[in-house]
Amino acid sequence: MSHTETVRTPRAGFSIKRSLDFLGEMFALVWGLIMNGLDLIFGPIQRLIGVRRMGYVFLVPNMAIFGIFILFPMVLNFYYSGTSGVKLFPADREWVGTDNYQAVFDCTNYLDPNSCAEDLFWRAAQNTAVFVIFQVGGMVLLALLTALILNQEIVGRAFFRSVFFYPVLLSPVVVGFIWKFILQRNGLIDGVVGVFDPGHAPLVPLNDPNAARSWVILVSIWAQMGFYTLILLAGLQSIPGVLYEAGQIDGTSRWQAFRYITLPLLMPTMFVVLVLALIRAVQVFDQVFVLTGGGPGTATKYMVQYIYETGFRNNPPRRGLAASASVLMGIVLMLFTLVQLWLGRKSEAA
Amino acid sequence: MTAIRNFIIRKHGRNRVDVVDFMTYLYLVAGVLVMFGPVLWVIMSSFKTRDQLFERPPRILPYKHQTVVIEGFNEDQPLELYDVEIDGETKRLAKVNVIASVLYQFLDPENLPDDTASISRDDYIEYNLRDQGIDPRDFESDARVEKVTFATDNYRIPLQESKTFRFDVYLKNSVIVTLVATIITLVINSMAAFALSKYKFAGRDTIFVIIIGTLMIPISVILVPVFLVITQLDMNNTLWGVIIPGAATPTGVFLLRQYMLTIPDELIESARIDGASEWRIYWQIILPLARPALAVLAIFSVMWRWNDFLWPLIVLQRNELFTLQLGLNAFQGELQIQWDYVLAMTVVTLLPITIVFAFLQRFITSGIATTGMKG
Repeated sequence: MSHTETVRTPRAGFSIKRSLDFLGEMFALVWGLIMNGLDLIFGPIQRLIGVRRMGYVFLVPNMAIFGIFILFPMVLNFYYSGTSGVKLFPADREWVGTDNYQAVFDCTNYLDPNSCAEDLFWRAAQNTAVFVIFQVGGMVLLALLTALILNQEIVGRAFFRSVFFYPVLLSPVVVGFIWKFILQRNGLIDGVVGVFDPGHAPLVPLNDPNAARSWVILVSIWAQMGFYTLILLAGLQSIPGVLYEAGQIDGTSRWQAFRYITLPLLMPTMFVVLVLALIRAVQVFDQVFVLTGGGPGTATKYMVQYIYETGFRNNPPRRGLAASASVLMGIVLMLFTLVQLWLGRKSEAA
Repeated sequence: MTAIRNFIIRKHGRNRVDVVDFMTYLYLVAGVLVMFGPVLWVIMSSFKTRDQLFERPPRILPYKHQTVVIEGFNEDQPLELYDVEIDGETKRLAKVNVIASVLYQFLDPENLPDDTASISRDDYIEYNLRDQGIDPRDFESDARVEKVTFATDNYRIPLQESKTFRFDVYLKNSVIVTLVATIITLVINSMAAFALSKYKFAGRDTIFVIIIGTLMIPISVILVPVFLVITQLDMNNTLWGVIIPGAATPTGVFLLRQYMLTIPDELIESARIDGASEWRIYWQIILPLARPALAVLAIFSVMWRWNDFLWPLIVLQRNELFTLQLGLNAFQGELQIQWDYVLAMTVVTLLPITIVFAFLQRFITSGIATTGMKG
């Protein structure tokens, strides 16, 4: 078999393609060198311990970091929450047992932060609870609605999917600044209202506690909704179309189809979405910190900010208390996850 | 054209135009406005000068009030230009002064006395808004001579000149943290996933369950002890203190393991028979085959690290180590937020992710849908 080969004489001088090719070759060379070099290390290890035990070797780097920076701190957190004092290292701290927890739970009326010894903790807890309920509720409903709409045969569905997803990619700090700019004294909201009502008093939504809380929820929904929309959309698309066709033949209305086909089959996905959203909502911090800084006053101070300020910004830092608060928060999060696992198992069995 | 026409008169599976279609369309358009609008507003505003940022009514494009310098007369202060109607004729005049908001004093740049150094009050063209019956606010918005101008100084100054807010340094730090952390994450997560998917050894399943279990423990729960650990290791206030702790992501290991389970064992077996070392198998068989999952993890890692805020906030106290997110946050500590710079740097911070998104959105959205994970 003969073939003709087009001979391309390389053009003399500089060309982008050639430099990219060159870079690619250099990179491949360096990569090969590194990999081969590492083989010189791993080879003898393998000869020493055998193929099967190489699994341990591959696991070591990840588990080392994992153990030092995740597992160990988890355990340490419990110990730490039973200590008090100003020193950082556990050895320098005094053990006080459950004192920190007792201080936290020292309240005459749990629903009134002012009656508590650690009123700031309960204020943060209350704020967080309200936030979680409204933000997760509103967001999941909106995400469901959007997913249902996107599930139809629409032109440019991929485009619209991306549109709703875009804010998810923005960093919380960026989200905070975008909305801080829009919501501030002379910002866009104030300006748009001014078009309709020129003589109005300046609008500063973030100066009013309830408005601030509402806006924090709205901004948070804006920033995260697209993510859950995608998951719900995937769930919707996994429902076999034949079910709807069969329904149409039987003459079911759109609402009935939704209630008896869509909703039950979407339930598992809804659970996943709900728990993910709940876990996320409990930890709200970054964008609120930029948007309101926890204000006005303590109206938008949530649990993570409380932990951060108590443990790192207080003077002196109250680390034992912060550790206790984070343990409590961790327990709440764990409960959410366990509930989800339990509900998931129940729906699977059904 | 036909696609648009079909789109507009598309029916919802029945033979009449449905209210649901209309609502759908409306919702989607509203969605685009609400989702993109704020970002676009910020981008456009980032090119406005400080005094322009809060003009009433708000305008989308950045304008600059045109000015003129009259030689020999007040050269260090350019005079603003207005289009004023005098005696039925519209002339472009330079404003020298305004008295009591209604009495404007102008000079005509094309009709100046020969000796500009001796211009006095008598040479001014006076224009009294009250006599003309014009509202000062209307006059300002109508008569100004403006041109669309992009204030690129908003970008240049924080990135090149500012001594207190050195966004070039912050940008560099963000890039370093993101790249190094992503590389480390990819390497060690894939090694661990390989071990957990293709090897059988004692404790393998326990370790996997532990890893997955810690998905329930986000870093916000262990802030204090992790800080303690890195302080003990002398990594406090260093970039490594930001990079290392988050590198062993449970989600990454999980994702890669699930994917690697689909790699046929026979490939590995035959490679072993051919005499390849385990490391060689990892790097020449497993890694290339796991590329799609690695790509998804890479994208997520870049996103997480670039956007990371709370942990760097705790670890980094030196200004020259700040990442972009920390730099932005520090900006707002001022009594008067310098919005022109803040907006520009916000755009700089969101630009890389936006570009990645524009090119790779298919990857991202399908990756999320199948694995249901983010951060």
